[in-house]
Amino acid sequence: MATAMTPDDSQGSQRYEEEHVHSVYEQIASHFSSTRYKPWPIVERFLKEQQDGAVGADIGCGNGKYLAVNPRVYIVGSDRSRNLAQIATQHYPHSAIVADNLSLPHPASTFDFAISIAVVHHLSTPARRVEAVEAILELLKSPQQGEVAASGGKALIYVWALEQKDSRRGWDEGHEQDVMVPWVLKEKKEKAQKERKGRRKEAKEGAGVEGEKSAAVNQPESAKPAEDKTFLRYYHLYKKGELERDITEAGGEVVESGYEKDNWWAIATRKQ
Amino acid sequence: MKLLTLNFLTCAIKTCKTSPASFPLHPRDAELEIIESEINLPFLRNILPRLMWEEIRVIASELGLPSLPTTPPTREDLVEGASQAQATEQAEGEAVAEVEEVPSQTAKDLHRILLETGIKEGKLVCGNCAHEYKVMEGVANFLLPGHLV
Repeated sequence: MATAMTPDDSQGSQRYEEEHVHSVYEQIASHFSSTRYKPWPIVERFLKEQQDGAVGADIGCGNGKYLAVNPRVYIVGSDRSRNLAQIATQHYPHSAIVADNLSLPHPASTFDFAISIAVVHHLSTPARRVEAVEAILELLKSPQQGEVAASGGKALIYVWALEQKDSRRGWDEGHEQDVMVPWVLKEKKEKAQKERKGRRKEAKEGAGVEGEKSAAVNQPESAKPAEDKTFLRYYHLYKKGELERDITEAGGEVVESGYEKDNWWAIATRKQ
Repeated sequence: MKLLTLNFLTCAIKTCKTSPASFPLHPRDAELEIIESEINLPFLRNILPRLMWEEIRVIASELGLPSLPTTPPTREDLVEGASQAQATEQAEGEAVAEVEEVPSQTAKDLHRILLETGIKEGKLVCGNCAHEYKVMEGVANFLLPGHLV
């Protein structure tokens, strides 16, 4: 696994993420989307806990797989990738737009809930990750506005964990946190397609929650490797306690947090 | 992009957000489309208290759509003969609960404008800084050019 060399100025970070995150998702959108259909349990629980008629934001909604989990809420999804946002618009009655986590086009203090699933770990500096969390918290109704006394809006944030020694990736405590993770896009060949279908389940079992394919495990023998294209995506792998620290630094309060299948997650509100 | 979305959108530029002029965004050169869908009464009822009615009226009029009433509809307005149904319910108890609610014309109009009418192509313009956001194939794009981030 390649170690990421991230630039330390803001302009550089933007360009870096453009090349190593945004442009990759734009190109793998359709394939990526076809592997993303099963909601993660913690996210599903959070969405189903929302009151009927609640209004939410899904920041980095990808193909929109979480939009339809609870039919009694309304969600505006946004994604940095136009191709993914386009796929997400199919989830009636929800909405999907193209937007950047750091420049969200929503009025502040409007939403009952927000989710950020596997997004913040794509920002390449500590300051930008805190800024991303801040932008999510800002959308939430403040505690005084909430219908239930002192509640306010809640955000669920989910990031990839460094501590995942039992996963296929095998990262663990003490390893490098800024990494490049490959996504292998197969050339569309009928035979290769068929084989892939059969292997998808197998890959899901062994893989972490992310579940993407690795070249070594899933290379159909019939496919010529030269036709496959490998994209590298930048990730910052979160250490235990780091997500909570980012949330506190962003002016939020952690209500609940935990670890689920190679990921750290936290539910946060805005401070009183 | 269905018009309901505009109820939750403003300018992506940070300095605009505090200015009242940045909400709502104003459609320009909009090509509208109608995507029909089944009316969902509970959904409409839920979303009703969240609607910025005055702003939605402004958007509808800017798009040349039939003008909306000056006051927002109430939850009761969404169901055909709601007051009557309530009276019967009191008399007969649970038996009435099984009767299917019939959406009123008000509900149908609201569904039409918020959920079925969408901007297919065009622009959304901030009333504060005049920045234009493009809508293409029904998807609005709020990515900012580098110098505005």
